[in-house]
Amino acid sequence: MSDRKTLQIRQISGHSGPSAGFDMQRDLEVCKLIDTTICIGCKACEVACVEWNDMPFSATTFDNTYQTMPSTRWNFWNLIKFNEHQREDGTIQWLMRKDQCMHCAEPGCLRACPADGAIVQYTNGIVDFQQENCIGCEFCVSGCPYDIPKFNPTTKKVYKCTLCSDRVGAGLEPACIKACPTGCLKFGTKDDMKGIAEDRAKQLRDNFGFEKAGVYDPQSIGGTHVVYVLHDAENPERYGGLPKNPVIPWSYTVWKWLFKPVLGTFALFGLVGVLLHYVTVGPRRPQPEPPLKKEA
Amino acid sequence: MPTAVDHFDDKARATFDQFGQNEVYEGELQRHRVYTRFLHWMVALFFGLALFSGFGIYLPWLFRWFTPIFGGGPLSREMHPWFGLGFVVFFALQALNWIKPMLWTPADTKWMRNLRKVVSGKEKHDPPDTGFFNAGQKVQFWEIVGGCVVYLITGIILWMGARTFGRWAVAVSYILHDISALIMLGGIFIHIYLSTIGEPGTFQGMIRGAVSEAWAWTFHPAWYKEVTGRDPIEACEDARRRGEYNK
Repeated sequence: MSDRKTLQIRQISGHSGPSAGFDMQRDLEVCKLIDTTICIGCKACEVACVEWNDMPFSATTFDNTYQTMPSTRWNFWNLIKFNEHQREDGTIQWLMRKDQCMHCAEPGCLRACPADGAIVQYTNGIVDFQQENCIGCEFCVSGCPYDIPKFNPTTKKVYKCTLCSDRVGAGLEPACIKACPTGCLKFGTKDDMKGIAEDRAKQLRDNFGFEKAGVYDPQSIGGTHVVYVLHDAENPERYGGLPKNPVIPWSYTVWKWLFKPVLGTFALFGLVGVLLHYVTVGPRRPQPEPPLKKEA
Repeated sequence: MPTAVDHFDDKARATFDQFGQNEVYEGELQRHRVYTRFLHWMVALFFGLALFSGFGIYLPWLFRWFTPIFGGGPLSREMHPWFGLGFVVFFALQALNWIKPMLWTPADTKWMRNLRKVVSGKEKHDPPDTGFFNAGQKVQFWEIVGGCVVYLITGIILWMGARTFGRWAVAVSYILHDISALIMLGGIFIHIYLSTIGEPGTFQGMIRGAVSEAWAWTFHPAWYKEVTGRDPIEACEDARRRGEYNK
């Protein structure tokens, strides 16, 4: 793909009208493929993420699992979620899932965000936070189906995975992809990654006995630019609470994009209304009013 | 039987009268005492601050030019809950101060049925049983009481955010907070209009605390009768005979 076109903006939060230059050039959508079936939980991606994004060492918590901490933090965007699943035959399965921003095609964070330009979506599918425009209202936290945006109480801004937009814009793969030793992580166009993922899922179904193996690319939010291959695509919740049908609260779609501007304008009609009353009906004066002047 | 609220209000009114003036000239009546006026303008101040800091968050593509007043978007967001809290606290005091004259009476139901005539300007005088507050003022008062409850609950949920209350609580609160603000915004246009150019002579009641007797017998006849003991219609006709007109 052309590295100069990848950071063309598609959507801007809290912004009126289309973004300049949108749809002018053909642009490929990027995608990260995570094959949970060959993740060994080495956490090289976690380290690579912290290193590339120059984030400070973050204290880990031990909770008797192979998970670094309970959830992602404002300065820890990439977390391997570890779950021990007991199958019906009594055997144990270790489920490792790399948790990070899913870069939704219809981003709940962007829908919820009231600040102009605090969240942008590039035409290549990356959803990126622009902290200099963020007002710290945390509506994005409520809009996100994956609990990804994290608030920093010191700077009062929200942070999350950028899909290494700085690297992708320069034609490089994200840092986590580069660090992965097993080939569990792949990066390319959405079409290519979807193809590889479907092939792998078929292979798991046909040759390895994972009858429910499939690809996680939820259409309820228009698909994501991070897709998973799961051993059991019918129960994504098992992988550390991956929602089966992620949704954006309707208050951020119907209310924010339709009723809010309409009703806001309506309230301003109240101002017009009272002025019209003054002009047409006129004020009510304390009585007695002076008698009207007789026409000569 | 005076309650603790009465005791508190009486003490507050007496205390504030020491610091402010109540100038009532000949031909005027005392309308609002210093304590009431102080609370009203504190409520108005915090309402204005909350309103304008909220505009930039509500519809940034239309109102983002309000945010620099408060030092930019992040500071608007930071200050808005505090402004709102100030509004709720001062209005709570005002609600205690006004709860008795704001209680709904059968006369208010009659007044509301008469609303169309009042709005269309056909009725020069308010109905004779209109007391210290008319039904329209009472509706606005109770709307703000309800609005404050909604603001407080949803506001705290939005303030602490999805981290504390979960994403759905925030998503629902967001709408209720907006609807409450829109109703109050519509109400404030009517309130400001009627208290200034819509019904001349009203504004000074909240500035100096006094209104003319003509204002009182026109808009609040029952209150006029209660305070002066004279019949409001007769008083008005007397003034007409003497040629004391109001403009």
